[in-house]
Amino acid sequence: MALDQATVARIANLARIKVTDDELQAWATDLSAIITFVEHLDEVNVDGVEPMTGVGDFPLPLRADKVSDGGYAEVVTSNAPEGALGFYTVPKVVE
Amino acid sequence: MAELLEHPKLLKGDSGEWEIVIGLEVHAQVISNAKLFSGAPVAFGAEPNTQVSLVDAAFPGMLPVLNEHCVEQAVLTGLGINGTVNKYSRFDRKNYFYADLPQGYQISQFEHPIVTGGYIDIEPEGEVPKRIGVTRLHVEQDAGKSIHDQHPTQSYIDLNRSGTALMEIVSEPDMRSGEQATAYLSKLRQVLRYLGTCDGNMDQGSMRCDINVSVRHPGDELGTRCEVKNVNSIRFVRQAIEYEARRQIRLIENGGEVVQETRLYDPNKGETRSMRSKEDAHDYRYFPDPDLLPLRLEDEFIERIRAGMPELPDAKRARFVKDYGIADYDAWVMTADQATADFFETVVKGRDAKLATNWITGDYFAYLNREGFDVTNAPIGAEKLGGLVDLISDNTISGRIAKDVFEAMIESGKDAAAIVEEKGLVQITDTGAIEAIIDEVMAKNADKVADYRGGKDKLFGFFVGQVMKATQGKANPALVNQLLKPKLDG
Amino acid sequence: MSGLTDLTIAGARAGLDSGDFSARELAQAHIDAMAQHKALNAFITETPERALADADASDARRAKGESAGPMDGVPIAMKDLFCTEGVRSTAGSHILEPFVPPYESTVSGKLKAGGSVMLGKANLDEFAMGSANITSYFGPVTNPWVAGGGDNRQRVPGGSSGGSAAAVAARIAIAATGTDTGGSIRQPASFCGIVGLKPTYGRCSRWGIVAFASSLDQAGPMTRTVEDAATMLQVMAGHDPKDSTSAPYDTPNFAEKLRAGVKGLKIGVPKEYRVDGMPAEIDRIWHQGADWLRAQGADVVEISLPHTKYALPTYYIIAPAEASSNLARYDGVRYGLRVPGKDLKEMYENTRAEGFGAEVKRRIMIGTYVLSAGYYDAYYLKAQKVRSLILRDFTQAFEQVDAILTPTAPSAAFALGEKQDDPVQMYLNDVFTVPASMAGLPAISVPGGLSDEGLPLGLHLIGKPFDEVTLVQVAQALEEAAGFSARPAGY
Repeated sequence: MALDQATVARIANLARIKVTDDELQAWATDLSAIITFVEHLDEVNVDGVEPMTGVGDFPLPLRADKVSDGGYAEVVTSNAPEGALGFYTVPKVVE
Repeated sequence: MAELLEHPKLLKGDSGEWEIVIGLEVHAQVISNAKLFSGAPVAFGAEPNTQVSLVDAAFPGMLPVLNEHCVEQAVLTGLGINGTVNKYSRFDRKNYFYADLPQGYQISQFEHPIVTGGYIDIEPEGEVPKRIGVTRLHVEQDAGKSIHDQHPTQSYIDLNRSGTALMEIVSEPDMRSGEQATAYLSKLRQVLRYLGTCDGNMDQGSMRCDINVSVRHPGDELGTRCEVKNVNSIRFVRQAIEYEARRQIRLIENGGEVVQETRLYDPNKGETRSMRSKEDAHDYRYFPDPDLLPLRLEDEFIERIRAGMPELPDAKRARFVKDYGIADYDAWVMTADQATADFFETVVKGRDAKLATNWITGDYFAYLNREGFDVTNAPIGAEKLGGLVDLISDNTISGRIAKDVFEAMIESGKDAAAIVEEKGLVQITDTGAIEAIIDEVMAKNADKVADYRGGKDKLFGFFVGQVMKATQGKANPALVNQLLKPKLDG
Repeated sequence: MSGLTDLTIAGARAGLDSGDFSARELAQAHIDAMAQHKALNAFITETPERALADADASDARRAKGESAGPMDGVPIAMKDLFCTEGVRSTAGSHILEPFVPPYESTVSGKLKAGGSVMLGKANLDEFAMGSANITSYFGPVTNPWVAGGGDNRQRVPGGSSGGSAAAVAARIAIAATGTDTGGSIRQPASFCGIVGLKPTYGRCSRWGIVAFASSLDQAGPMTRTVEDAATMLQVMAGHDPKDSTSAPYDTPNFAEKLRAGVKGLKIGVPKEYRVDGMPAEIDRIWHQGADWLRAQGADVVEISLPHTKYALPTYYIIAPAEASSNLARYDGVRYGLRVPGKDLKEMYENTRAEGFGAEVKRRIMIGTYVLSAGYYDAYYLKAQKVRSLILRDFTQAFEQVDAILTPTAPSAAFALGEKQDDPVQMYLNDVFTVPASMAGLPAISVPGGLSDEGLPLGLHLIGKPFDEVTLVQVAQALEEAAGFSARPAGY
């Protein structure tokens, strides 16, 4: 299935990647080729087949409810592009 | 007492009567030491970003590991709301961008929640009791916190809350009035507190409520709903619902259409408004989190939790009525929370339950209110109150004197028995002694005796009063009554 | 002392143990090689000082008669997808260009604790997305191999672990770490004439490795011999409670049957891998491999993996879907690049538009699309079901055989600039490696010989889950039979 420009714009918005209007068609063509490629799967009969969500066949490990981490605000903020007073900062959000 | 309404009142509009349809999504913070998928602590009110691990801040390559206790808490809650605990559940990613959502997705449970089904029985104010269905309970991560009022052009991000375990408990759209929603929320909170799975403190954000509101003419299909967020107090629930319902009615009656959207409740203005920041957050692209395997629970695990489940308020209330013979209303009051119920049971144990109940709901609660205590921290605890009740029960003191003794207990912190002893307040139950006093009072008031015998029955009270006065209230009132009558009647 | 850079891990250990040279001398020889071959662009960040410090610590241990393990003192390259504490870790991306992790990935930590000497952070395709190492923000890596016959065009090293492969092939590092999502260890190993082992999913911890596709990503060794691969995997592997998908199984001695031979083993050759248009030289080396094993007593049988041709389309739904979510955290808030915008949303969009390269954006967009409302069932759910069928194919095949032999890649290293305009053409590079990835199986690429142009070609073995021991056993037999001794001219 071919993706149109509106679809590309919608995806780019969801993915928070800026795509300018004059780039839309190039992306539409590009992505359509890949989608056409993956649509080979249409040939496969998957009736009654369970989806495979992962590889591991062992039980999900569980962790004890103990505090063993945190307490290092300066570490978690040390790579921040911007910050103040121990907070990360971002352009103001209006709710 | 006013008759309870079978159906809540409908709202009147220009086009007739409107019914409100309400469903609640409650986010309850799980009581735990550490976060849902990391070992960071969950303390409230800490310095910014101090309760944050590299996992919570979503550093590259960080991975989630599930906290077993949070699973137990969710199972316990599921059992407590009469739900079905699913032996297979799974964590999914809910993808959206927000400044306080570090991973760019929230780990939640979408397709396979840990609990499905369930219900909560409510008693809405002024309405008949009702059963509200619970659709599901799932476990998910909380986001961090954005602070918008610290800087003119920036929002500040604190991730302390990021990754904290939440239970999202979704009701069926079964509620039809603000009273029902309020009752549901209160009851749910009570159950969570009994279970010890959530502290229910809405002011600290550990219990939050989103309200889905729609309106329709009775009998019609469900209308388009709006989700009202940020209702952070039970008392705002009714207000938010009524505002939102009236807004929708007005909109429809003016030829408009309700748009499905997220709205923010403003407690200062008492109104709701559209939330711009959530405008395009509709397509969450849920998919199973490949960092986690499915959660499979063994029967043994579930049964172990069921075996440890505390008695819940409805059962406790029924038992109090049955075992202690107290009124249903009193039993309801006594089971408001676990601590009160425990207090009550300590006081009534081996004592006259009705007398104990009257004392707790009367003088004792008045004392707590006045002094700002609760049953867990008041200097006069259950044992001391019980001691006082004992003195009344065994006729050591009268109920009247008991009130004085109680005040003295508050003042001195001493036991009731010690005060009675010290102040010589032991009740006079010796019939000979009381008769002697009666004789004395009658002798002093010969004129009144004559009046009484001449038909002024009402003077009986006067004589009782005089006898009590002469004994500083220590005479057993029943005995006084019993002995006085034949003497006066001559 | 150019001989020092020709050593295997086993050889280096012998020399260090006997005192023929010190870890510092060994490190210095490799640091010199790294400086000499800078033009390969195999490293994003070189850490010669760290390497010398690691080497000195190793020498100090040996002086006290101690050893941190079989890789103590061995100079290695670390793929820049592993977060290394205090050393910039970029994932080959502009968006992580300034990122210095305050933590060490489990696998790099094990190698560090095992005494290995880190020469630097190896170049890679951006976020490990690519098959030619041309998508790195820090520029493409050059394959040290060139074709014979006067064709001097620069060749790609394969990807995504292209820097790692080039460094090992060019004798800059004795070994390197790689990660493999759809072939990112094996295909570059094939292109560069070295050994690349992708263990069973869950064998090595993913903790601290920048995630591409979580249900597929797996770290593994890239070395010049099969024995070295087993040795290095021994250090890298093991259960990690910090990774919920890390297998809670004991780590075997991977070299246990290294020289046990293949007599009596059953090797499957899947007929579906004989794809249309397969170059004759690929078919030839594949047959050659089968003959070598047969000659050593293995029973080589044809098997069927009916869903093989659907593995690649399945992969290009599942991997981008997971990637679109895994890469959402690169938002300019807590680390990495931030490009300002008038509001939060614009800041995100500017940061991610500028921070990610074209291939990464392409995969994020594809992944976002296949997960989006209305398309999930048709693409993502369908792919998950086909993935079940691919796994079932392998499970049934392994009821018959002990290992599966295929070519590693459909071609030798191609020239820089080729296949660059058509993403789907590029994706076909992984056609033979992706099926094992989808099933989580261990697999290894071993140099089998040279193409008609004189470029290396790899042979690919796929093993049963958690049976790297047999995989290594068969790979060793292939290696011995192939006797691959060619090396890139000038290295």
